Amino acid sequence: MARMTMIEALRSAMDVSLERDPSVIVFGEDVGYFGGVFRCTAGLQKKYGEERVFDTPINESAIVGLAVGMAAQGMKPCVEIQFADYMFPAYDQITQEAARLRHRSNEQFTCPMVVRMPTGGGIFGGQTHSQSPEALFTHVAGLKVVIPATPYDAKGLLIAAIEDPDPVIFLEPKRLYNGPFYGDHSGKSVPWSAHPAGEVPEGHYTVPLGKAAVVRAGSDVTVLTYGTMVYVTEAAVKETGRCVVVHEATRTSGFGAELIAEVQEACFWHLRAPIQRITGWDAPYPHAQEWDYFPSTARISRALNTVMED
Amino acid sequence: MSEVKLSFPHPPARPDQAPDFSNIEIPPVGSLPVPSMDIEGHDCWPYAVGMIRVLDDDNTAHGPWADYLGEVSADTLRQGLRDMLKMRALDRRMLNAQRQGKTSFYLQCTGEEAIGCGFQRQLEQGDMNFPTYRQQSLLVAADYPLEALMGQLYSNDLDPLKGRQLPIMHSARDYGYFSVSGNLGTQYVQAVGWAMACALRGNGKIATGWIGDGATASNDFHSALLSASTYQPPVVLNVVNNQWAISTNTAVARGKGDTYAARALGYGVPALRVDGNDYLAVLAVSRWAIDRTRSGHGPIVIEWFTYRAAAHSTSDDPSAYRAKGEAEAWPLGDPITRLKAHLIARGDWSEERHVQAEAELLDEVVQVQKTVESHGTFVKPKPTAPADIFNGVYAEMPPHLRRQRQEMGH
Repeated sequence: MARMTMIEALRSAMDVSLERDPSVIVFGEDVGYFGGVFRCTAGLQKKYGEERVFDTPINESAIVGLAVGMAAQGMKPCVEIQFADYMFPAYDQITQEAARLRHRSNEQFTCPMVVRMPTGGGIFGGQTHSQSPEALFTHVAGLKVVIPATPYDAKGLLIAAIEDPDPVIFLEPKRLYNGPFYGDHSGKSVPWSAHPAGEVPEGHYTVPLGKAAVVRAGSDVTVLTYGTMVYVTEAAVKETGRCVVVHEATRTSGFGAELIAEVQEACFWHLRAPIQRITGWDAPYPHAQEWDYFPSTARISRALNTVMED
Repeated sequence: MSEVKLSFPHPPARPDQAPDFSNIEIPPVGSLPVPSMDIEGHDCWPYAVGMIRVLDDDNTAHGPWADYLGEVSADTLRQGLRDMLKMRALDRRMLNAQRQGKTSFYLQCTGEEAIGCGFQRQLEQGDMNFPTYRQQSLLVAADYPLEALMGQLYSNDLDPLKGRQLPIMHSARDYGYFSVSGNLGTQYVQAVGWAMACALRGNGKIATGWIGDGATASNDFHSALLSASTYQPPVVLNVVNNQWAISTNTAVARGKGDTYAARALGYGVPALRVDGNDYLAVLAVSRWAIDRTRSGHGPIVIEWFTYRAAAHSTSDDPSAYRAKGEAEAWPLGDPITRLKAHLIARGDWSEERHVQAEAELLDEVVQVQKTVESHGTFVKPKPTAPADIFNGVYAEMPPHLRRQRQEMGH
């Protein structure tokens, strides 16, 4: 075991995958020589050569379009979109090509590829470096969507995503790259080296896609969340009792709506209060007002109290 | 008042006017030599704005590209003619089938048969085309079974894609035909990616992209050219300039640019423009470009200059937007008529043999059609089981799809 940041864990996942499987290939804007703007691919080009780790022009539809062609030919591209906010030019290639190739060709052609992209806010990135577009992908049949919350999960999930036979959208909460974030943006941040989930095996392992992790067991309230909100929520939960859904993405038609629909279908008669939803506001992500936009511990606590009072 | 005025390009003629192709310059046969295989983009200007031709108005083949082809056997040319005749017979029968309600949709390639038929015969097993919906001639010349082709058109149990895809959007991996998407342009850049994978794996195969003149306006056309320029993979990027994008004349996508081939030169990708209705020019340029690409000289763009003689699809009526008789007035003629005349001039064909070949090929198509129709059509449907729509969304069916399949009643 080693202590790793999420960045190091992601890099380790690509390192392990490049080492094990010669068909794995990594590319994107600035990922080659420089190692990516968040340094997730640092050193990989030097180790594996530029035929396996290389830079691309600033052209997201080409990054994903090339990956679709390569994946169909038999390679396993793991490409980086520099920020999730930049994926829109590639959205056509992701949703109508990668996601559908297996189905529309009756499995003559498949698309085993991973599109990595930093997601979410909390770094004063403004409206074009902070968005959480997961619902734009979960809405698409044929895609799998992953958002890790710890270095351990990030590595195991990324290896599982690279080994998956279908296209995977891998959203990396950028606020968690260097440490967990408990909602106090003015306080001193905690590094991953001080958190147990920063313990990451150096070799190969996988964390299966599509399974929820129980961060804290309890009997009073169920909180469904993912990404950065795991820690903010955890900090806010005391002893409460019912269901709250938390995400950073905008509210309307967010993935929280899907989670709430699932919960009420399965658990309606067990619910003792309306399910509460804490999300980003339905406005473009602001720059200077970031912490008024970001779901706070206070908002989450308030929602938890509300479900307890009802 | 400002003197600034916008330009709104128009076709040379609209329905109330006579066809007018006086704006099209057709250089004489033999005006362009065969370039060295390592020609660079910036030396390609004459090829990008000129036109490679082999068959002359007197039905003879001559010039440097004819010399490059060398002695072409009568069998090779008769094969090409039969490919094109079969393609046209198929188009006509399937158009009629759509009119009878037996299929939801069809789209002909009339007038463009030489391009796909000639190009495909120069490819090797394992090369991959990334076609548009109008490249069915590639499938015909690859000897793709007509049962499978028509099965998809009729969406019956012979459909290899199980009714999941539109009728003319085939997928035939073993025949070098990538799954066609209805989104224009997207596959042009995928062809470049496939070719990059071929180079990385050193498998000696190439990829070929296909796009129409209209879709060169899409972002993926430019993404493909830039990627091809940056990484130099073994890809032939074809532009089929058939003058019309549904009702929009090629002048709109071309803008003030000279030709689509010339557009590639800005990316440093060599490009040639070719008479796409000249089967021998198609053979010569395809062979040269494919050899060049396979031997590691990088990507190349070919603009096939042709005319879409039929409607865009069964959903539009071209008489509403273009001049009557335009196809007949096309100055580069019809590819079948021209190859037939050349073979007759060579003494390798006759009117009688032509009529006989047409009848044989029509009969072949009709016989297959009868068999395929016995498996169901849109009029007498026998489609694949509805629950199959849940298969192949993922390699393994996830729980939520399993639940939805049960909800459907299966």
